[in-house]
Amino acid sequence: MSSTHHDVLRPGSARGGARPRTDRGQRPRRSRFAGRQPIGLAFVSPYLLYLAAIFLYPLGFAVWISFHDYFFAAPGAQVDRPFVGFANYTSVLTDPDVWRSFGNIAVFLVINVPLTVAASLVLATALNSKLRARTFFRTAYYVPYITASVAVVGVWLFLFNSNGLVNKALGPLAPDPSWLVNSHLAMPTIALFVAWKQLGFFIVLYLSALQNVPGELYESAALDGAGKARMFWSITVPAVRTATLLVLVLATVTGANLFTEPYLLTSGGGPDGATTSPVLLMYQRGLQQGHPDEAAAIGVILVVLITGISLVYRRWLERD
Amino acid sequence: MTDVHAPANNRRPAGHSPHTHSRARRILSRLALLAGAFAFLFPFYYMLVGSLQREPDSSPAGAFPRPGNLSLHNYAEINSAISLGRSLINSGIFTGGVIVCTTVFGLLAGYALARLHFRGKGSTFALVLLVQVVPFQLLMIPLYVLIVRDYGLADSYIGIILPFAINTSAVFIFRQFFLQLPQAMFEAARIDGAGELQILFRIAIPLCKPALASVVLLSFTGPWNEFLWPFLVTKEQDMQPLAVSLANYISTVSSAAANPFGAILAGACVLAAPAVALYLVFQSRFTSTDLDSATKG
Repeated sequence: MSSTHHDVLRPGSARGGARPRTDRGQRPRRSRFAGRQPIGLAFVSPYLLYLAAIFLYPLGFAVWISFHDYFFAAPGAQVDRPFVGFANYTSVLTDPDVWRSFGNIAVFLVINVPLTVAASLVLATALNSKLRARTFFRTAYYVPYITASVAVVGVWLFLFNSNGLVNKALGPLAPDPSWLVNSHLAMPTIALFVAWKQLGFFIVLYLSALQNVPGELYESAALDGAGKARMFWSITVPAVRTATLLVLVLATVTGANLFTEPYLLTSGGGPDGATTSPVLLMYQRGLQQGHPDEAAAIGVILVVLITGISLVYRRWLERD
Repeated sequence: MTDVHAPANNRRPAGHSPHTHSRARRILSRLALLAGAFAFLFPFYYMLVGSLQREPDSSPAGAFPRPGNLSLHNYAEINSAISLGRSLINSGIFTGGVIVCTTVFGLLAGYALARLHFRGKGSTFALVLLVQVVPFQLLMIPLYVLIVRDYGLADSYIGIILPFAINTSAVFIFRQFFLQLPQAMFEAARIDGAGELQILFRIAIPLCKPALASVVLLSFTGPWNEFLWPFLVTKEQDMQPLAVSLANYISTVSSAAANPFGAILAGACVLAAPAVALYLVFQSRFTSTDLDSATKG
């Protein structure tokens, strides 16, 4: 490194003057370049190498695949994979199955996201009070979240099949065809399942936001004669707006990642493709049918859409 | 006031708010909480009861176990179908590998990001934030191509572990924890001439137990419950973690079985039990202060 730059800067500069005394001599010069504890770089380097190999490189590779004619070849074989521009994107975007899967996920999000936000905020508000069994309730709500999807899918299959407990309890009101084999009800049932499974996490998120709402706000509102509902809408809801944005974005991203539930609950996206999610389609197209280039294009489109939706949420919540 | 919205520790005894009104509301909010708890816990109860019934009974009466109908038959059945022991060992190796890598490298990275000044710290942290917003669905195809096709790591533990090896949330938890420690402690050690490695091993690591607890819970449940990635990488049943072998049983074998639910529910109990048990242990050990503030008000 060049030391002249530092020598010129140091004497007169305000920054140099404000620095502690130890900043003088041979050591500080190295420290200005490498930092005061350059060993820190050694501490983070395994993690940085890992990120480069497992995230950054595959991220770029995904985009690269989506612009090339990519196919699986025998390991070590030299094959030509020509650049094809937007060809993968056009073939994906003219495919009705792809549109169907995006429509399916839209149905999922329209049901799942508002349900998640409303239920987790209401339950978190109820939990955020003096309550004898508070820990019991919080634990109860969190248990589905820490349990494997595959395990709880087993119970839901048992509960919601044609002869399951839910239909037996509903008696003549039971839908026909039953929940998971009914093309109108299958996706809403999956949306309900995911909301139920994830709710505990979002409740904890809202609980920590509620801890930061100053109690005086409620006290002065009570003095002004505001009712509980009024307080909820004009104090609680605006005060946890940042948490709401996080819940909206995370619930949407979780929904866009949907794979296990349609794969198992509705045996691979049935009935008649009514629950095929984009990620399930990526698996079928990319890995089962051997078109990783089209699958990568679906992935890129999905991520662009999710980013767009997240920006809309942000504008909407920061509007006033 | 008996306001349900106020934080637990800010509450005061009932003041001038109308008593009957707020009592009715409180009962309503209790009822909502109870209904919620029932909706969340009932499926787990039903899972356990169903797994113990010789003939799974889906009528309302089946929700109550009858001694005559109870047996471990379903567990034997799922064991013969997917080899529970082998699957549990695979799940354990997958999860154990992730816990070790995440703890060792996550702690180092989190500590450095919180307490050390070095060149590239800012950009490292920016990268950590970026990783959080990259969704796995975009990485699924390239990671499959790289790990399974190019490196030939299909049906190997390294191939299963690799995309999960260092959990970025754990790096955040460690960073957050080390940020809270008093700066004076570290300065004093440096003035006494301690090297950075000494400070790490003598001060930082012995203190990090509370952060370690949440990191272990987090890096246990992630891989233990994961389905998609190990499902893509493992084709041999001998290498499949329990979540994958049970899912394969649900999606293929069960359609041929006469009454598959008993075996499915037994497998589900085995898969769910370790994560739930670990959470309950950690919950009771590490949130006792929470409990105190709730009960003392």
